[in-house]
Amino acid sequence: MSYLEFLATYSDRFIDGTLVTLGQFGLAVLVATAAALVSGLMKMAHSKPVRAIAVGYIEIFRGTSLLVQLYWFYFVLPLFGFTMEKFTAGFVTVGLCYGAYGAELVRGSIQSVPRGQWEAALALNMTPAQRMRRVILPQALVTILPPWGNLMVEILKGTALVALISVADLMFETRQINNNTYLSAQAFGTALIIYYIIARFMVTPIMRWLERVMARKIGRS
Amino acid sequence: MKDDMSQYPLRLEGDNVPMVRFQNVTKRYGQLTVLDGLNLDVAEGEMVTIIGPSGSGKTTVLRMLMTLEEIDEGVIYVDGDPLTHMEKNGRLVRANAAHMRRMRAKIGMCFQHFNLFPHMTALGNCMEGPVHVLGMPKKEAEERALELLDMVGMAHKSDQHPSRLSGGQQQRVAIARALAMRPKVMLFDEVTSALDPEVISEVTGVIRSLVDQHSLTMLMVTHQIGFARDISDRVCFFYGGQIEEQGAPGILLDSPQKDRTQQFLSAVLEAN
Repeated sequence: MSYLEFLATYSDRFIDGTLVTLGQFGLAVLVATAAALVSGLMKMAHSKPVRAIAVGYIEIFRGTSLLVQLYWFYFVLPLFGFTMEKFTAGFVTVGLCYGAYGAELVRGSIQSVPRGQWEAALALNMTPAQRMRRVILPQALVTILPPWGNLMVEILKGTALVALISVADLMFETRQINNNTYLSAQAFGTALIIYYIIARFMVTPIMRWLERVMARKIGRS
Repeated sequence: MKDDMSQYPLRLEGDNVPMVRFQNVTKRYGQLTVLDGLNLDVAEGEMVTIIGPSGSGKTTVLRMLMTLEEIDEGVIYVDGDPLTHMEKNGRLVRANAAHMRRMRAKIGMCFQHFNLFPHMTALGNCMEGPVHVLGMPKKEAEERALELLDMVGMAHKSDQHPSRLSGGQQQRVAIARALAMRPKVMLFDEVTSALDPEVISEVTGVIRSLVDQHSLTMLMVTHQIGFARDISDRVCFFYGGQIEEQGAPGILLDSPQKDRTQQFLSAVLEAN
């Protein structure tokens, strides 16, 4: 079977898998962003218990293996009466895992905003929430975007693990094709290329575009 | 030693209530005492300039008035009411966030490094407070902001971001931004220190016209002795967290009585 014949035969399954991967990726990005923002802010709170919760979350999800976390969410939590669809378990776990990495980026970018900006916002009598939302976060966003782009690519690649809790993503389909055909080079080669194309020609350009837009908004370009 | 709060009035009453009063104010950073039992009254509409060597506590005076620093001892009153404290069951306790916000509305500040919001235009900077803090309608806030930008000679740059403006231009926008909040007290913290010599007069000119045309109470920390002489009602020389000597600019600057004042002034004049 030539590679073209192989592609023609299995393209549907690759496409199905890719769509699921894109879904997992998109939703995991949302979860990761929300988790990173919330826990990054919590880590800077005055209240010690609030900080402790954030640190606990970050330590657990950053300090343990994503694969083990996936098994926990999908196989162990149901034992405690907490059942999730495998699709949901997949992107939630991936999102929470990378959100823990993102939390440090959020904290770092907020702390990189010059102190004078806080003081000027206070001098205008803004509330703490207004200071954060209207003055600090927009500026932090500019510094966080480049490392955030890296994290996005990591999330994309991380979603491949959801295949191991039988979410029918690109990796899952590829493995099935391989099991049916034993055409390992073709199967995994194709998956490799698809992941690369998504990362290189979708995720990275979108992040670059965002960086440019934000730089323009802040008047730096 | 714990400060006995009963020695401080709950609020200042009667005639001649000063716009700003520092009563026995002490500020420490660890072992270092920056303000040491400072007493200072500023009358309504008065322009007081603070000079002194670095580390004398002069900037701390402004920062405490803006509530950027916490007070260790003493009470600061603004417009008769305590700024740093509030009344509870007939005695003064530390002010909570709501009280501080209410009091802070009376005070505006300009900083050495301008601290304009880089993600907003000059106009946006001047509308931010009125719209989001005072709840003013956007249209009204824009009109007022443009008036103020016009007053500081920056109306033609209203759509520019700070990164496109020179230091002198940024500082003038910052003055307009602070004025847009309609403060009763304006604080100028070394507002010309970060500027190139040739643009200093842009900013001093604006402050000069404020003194001439408005009844704002102003406190200014500066190294521009000549400027201080021109526009101040009173000059305070700070040394070691206290006022070493104060008086009308003509008297304090031309015939200082204390040795330290003389030394400082001659050193500054030589540097100029």
